[in-house]
Amino acid sequence: MSQATFSGYRRENGRVGVRNHVIVLPVDDLSNAAAEAVANNIKGTLAIPHPYGRLQFGADLALHFRTLIGTGSNPNVAAVIVIGIEPGWTQKVVDGIAASGKPVSGFSIELNGDIATIASASRVAKDYLQWASELQRSEHPLSELWVSTKCGESDTTSGIGANPTVGNAFDKLYAGGNTLLFGETSEITGAEHLVARRARTPEIGAAFLKTWNAYNDFILANKTDDLSESQPTKGNIAGGLTTIEEKALGNIQKIGKHCLVDGVLEPAEAPTGPGLWFMDSSSAAAEMVTLAAAAGFAVHLFPTGQGNVIGNPILPVIKLTANPRTARTMGEHIDLDVSGLLQREINLDQAGDALLEITLRTANGRLTAAEALGHREFVLTKLYRSA
Amino acid sequence: MIHFVVHSPQDSAGVAVVEDIAAGQTLNGWVLDTGESLNITVSDAIPIGHKLALTDIADGATVIEYGHDIGRAVAPVKRGQHLHVHNLKTKRW
Repeated sequence: MSQATFSGYRRENGRVGVRNHVIVLPVDDLSNAAAEAVANNIKGTLAIPHPYGRLQFGADLALHFRTLIGTGSNPNVAAVIVIGIEPGWTQKVVDGIAASGKPVSGFSIELNGDIATIASASRVAKDYLQWASELQRSEHPLSELWVSTKCGESDTTSGIGANPTVGNAFDKLYAGGNTLLFGETSEITGAEHLVARRARTPEIGAAFLKTWNAYNDFILANKTDDLSESQPTKGNIAGGLTTIEEKALGNIQKIGKHCLVDGVLEPAEAPTGPGLWFMDSSSAAAEMVTLAAAAGFAVHLFPTGQGNVIGNPILPVIKLTANPRTARTMGEHIDLDVSGLLQREINLDQAGDALLEITLRTANGRLTAAEALGHREFVLTKLYRSA
Repeated sequence: MIHFVVHSPQDSAGVAVVEDIAAGQTLNGWVLDTGESLNITVSDAIPIGHKLALTDIADGATVIEYGHDIGRAVAPVKRGQHLHVHNLKTKRW
């Protein structure tokens, strides 16, 4: 693997992206209409609407800004138009993204109205799009590809086949010096001791357990039943998963057999070096994938059992399944079918290599099933009520 | 054909990996960790992805999968029976 390369866009800050999006990013819910109008005017730009950004405070507001700034700074993004209702928070997001060195401009609606804002922003969006359209891909070592993972609508075939396939690929990427991410704090419940044992140092293990305990305490404080149908979900249960412990033991197959956990990240926080990073994050698919994109990841590996259909606006989500029924009934959502693992038609090493191959093809430009089907779920994690 | 998969030799549950397993059917399985083969006759229909008990499990006993604790039985379970939310619960939440 150490000889492998991929074709991507070298950005101003040195990171390498695999897509070349010009995004129109609203700071708040009120600015979605203007952002969507700009993207409608300038074909080829991408609006990323969302429901939050007003009256948030404290750690929740910090996470909101970190997620928006991280999304704009992601190397899959060439340039950014930011639109907010008022200038202060708009400029804060612009300044955060500008630190990456890429083109970014902010527009605020107050004292201008939607129509004038849309006109001004559209002119800059057009310039950015034409500029980005001339950027060229170049070859880079595979180790420069940041790869995240999270599974969804898991069933027992996830733990047997699709998740260990990601684990096999992660073991190989880890040995090659890649930057890797997993998370889903609540969904490690029942296997937290096993993850803690995989930490590179006792301090990292303790930091992981502190994060996990805080999330578990929150669940224990707010639960009204045994969470059956929430975690595991109704879909998980339909697929044969019975308890959170069973789901967690399947979940952690994604971190393979050999990688060590090199650090613990806050939600949407970018890693500071290569290795396997754990991010404190929701186990809901779109929330976690949105946080991974905001942390700077360029490709996402998403194993599914019953057939989650998620995508992301800027982060290509590669789906694999080991469930032959899902591969048959939902084939249009699946980028890699590893159901042959269940019948011993292929071994885990072959499945891992097949996943690395489709990952490289995706990095080089092949659209994922989710991209082709227009899945652009962008879901901000909200920590608590607004002020 | 492989009908079910077992993660670890210590496990008290296996997982059906083909559709339409009927009550009374004798199934072929294999253990991921060791590659060894085994057979079992099920007394319930087992949907794909669902678990079958590999041993008798007493009410309240710990159920093992992946070689680890996945919860406790809340009813007596016989070898070959369907093992799911009706007779297995989390110990955590």
